[in-house]
Amino acid sequence: MMTLSAQMAVGSLRQQQSHQTLFIRLRAILSALLLATLLGLISADTIAQTPLRIDITGVGQRQIPVAVAPFDETEQTQRYGRIVTEVIRADLARSGVISIVDAGTPSPVLNERSELSPLFATWRQKGAEALVIGSSSIVQDGRAETRFILLDTRRNESLGGLAITTPPNELEARRTGHRIADFIYEKLTGEPGFFATRLAFVRRDGDINSLVIADSDGQNSQIAMRSKEPVISLAWSPDGTRLAYVSFEQRDGISKPVVYVHTLASGRRVVVANERGSNSSPAWSPDGKRLAVVLTRDGNSQIYTVSAEGGPLTRLSRSRAIDTEPTFSPDGQYIYFTSDRGGSAQVYRVAANGGEPQRVTYNGPFNARPQVSPDGKTLAYVTRREKLFRIAVLDLASQQETVVSAGPKDDSPSFAPNSKWIIYSSRSDGRTVLSAVSLDGKLRTRLSADGSEVKGPAWGRLP
Amino acid sequence: MTNHTFSMPRLALLAGSVVALTLAGCASQVPLEEKKPAAPVTSATKPAGPSAAEIAAREIAAAKAELAKVKPSIYFDFDKFEIKPEFQGTIAAYAKYMKIDTKARLVIEGNADERGTTEYNLALGQKRAEAVRRALGVSGVADNRVEAISNGEEKPKAKGSNEAAWAENRRADLVVK
Repeated sequence: MMTLSAQMAVGSLRQQQSHQTLFIRLRAILSALLLATLLGLISADTIAQTPLRIDITGVGQRQIPVAVAPFDETEQTQRYGRIVTEVIRADLARSGVISIVDAGTPSPVLNERSELSPLFATWRQKGAEALVIGSSSIVQDGRAETRFILLDTRRNESLGGLAITTPPNELEARRTGHRIADFIYEKLTGEPGFFATRLAFVRRDGDINSLVIADSDGQNSQIAMRSKEPVISLAWSPDGTRLAYVSFEQRDGISKPVVYVHTLASGRRVVVANERGSNSSPAWSPDGKRLAVVLTRDGNSQIYTVSAEGGPLTRLSRSRAIDTEPTFSPDGQYIYFTSDRGGSAQVYRVAANGGEPQRVTYNGPFNARPQVSPDGKTLAYVTRREKLFRIAVLDLASQQETVVSAGPKDDSPSFAPNSKWIIYSSRSDGRTVLSAVSLDGKLRTRLSADGSEVKGPAWGRLP
Repeated sequence: MTNHTFSMPRLALLAGSVVALTLAGCASQVPLEEKKPAAPVTSATKPAGPSAAEIAAREIAAAKAELAKVKPSIYFDFDKFEIKPEFQGTIAAYAKYMKIDTKARLVIEGNADERGTTEYNLALGQKRAEAVRRALGVSGVADNRVEAISNGEEKPKAKGSNEAAWAENRRADLVVK
């Protein structure tokens, strides 16, 4: 469960929430300033952050119409309830498979205690196949309690509901909305939701690179670090508490790629690979204890493993070619990676404890940056087709390949924790934005920031 | 813009040691001058002559001036890593400099054009930097004085998505440290 202190300690310089204690706020500011000082970075007020904007760019052929009645029932939780309602509606709408029917403002106000039987016909007539009614109220300890039920208006039955209690602030209101949206999405589509998740990505404003952590809709954004040098290759730890990445920040008078592991709650950073040459492409083992990294200390780019705390490095690949972009299968048995050993960049697979690699991709002259879905069923990678770099997905059981994005420069695919969506970097009107696509390529959304580049996304679970 | 940046600490150290030598030389001459006031000041410094360090500093300065005439970049063809004949002169010039400035270190920064993926391009840039490092090794520069690193596609010198920009960015830069 996300706690307020854990979230704040990421070190945002921009406070959005109004309910933190002064202590927590001070600590966040101090830790951010300390980090900035340590990195030799920049003053706090140099970036005006514009919020990320979400555009739905592709929807399903059939969408389930759902009405969400307002949750802002009582005076004291009006703001909390309104945020919950807005977040649920926005999440469901951007899923591409659900459309929101205008619930209006029913009178008297609906809540989960309303007499239900007369409602079904009314809402069916309005076109809603499902109806969400709920409310937020303050309970004895001052926390906000939100209760809701999901109703199937065609079968006249309840599909269940939840009660969620959190501190009464905006950050938690948004999280509550995402959790309710996940519940609704799963009940209506049969697949796990993906809204109560987190994104990490790099945002570039001028020559400043910020490592940003945000909710799946780009809100609640926090800056974990800033640098004038590039930050790339973000990777969430399986438990969602740490990020591995490559930063080019100056060390020993030289700017070069070094692999770090950053614990978000404390701001603690550990250098896990800083060998002679370039250190890159970190990937977590499923147990969160080790990382696969790419080093060039022995000449060409080769894959090694190292403890997530740093320490001795074990060489895994032994080729005279480029071996890079490793990623573990979720069962930990295999490492997928990119190699040019066959003359062009292709995806290979090797047992995690070593052995003879097998080639995985065959279509086209360039297939790279593999990622295995959390359920282990799908491989996503960047493929070059007709001079365009696009995202392809390969069903590992059937070997069916689908190219799901249009290019021209798509990169860094990352699966949603529910394995059904992929977020990636793409170029739109000369700018780098984040795009998300469903596995069948039909549903699409785009996250962009006016005047900024956003790239290198990593989609992770909440800690 | 010249690309062989000499890092500040090294320059400062060099300047500092020159100043220290000069002061020491003057101090030892003071009693001598008091005993023989008629002796010209210039003759007093003659027997010492320029020290080995001064000679070395002068040679290094001359070598630096010579090296400044060479463009510190080596360009590569698409998906290629061999050093073309036209850049052998660059390798030779840097090898020569490293023989004279025996304390200098070299960082080779490889770069890639934007086509491909972030991490693979980092590996491509590294492969170009390694090619330069090996060529310097063949020319007699000790391996431990040269570090090959990569910027991948992260620090494009030329912006834009066209052949000219891509060609400019398929490059390795030599930086004296």
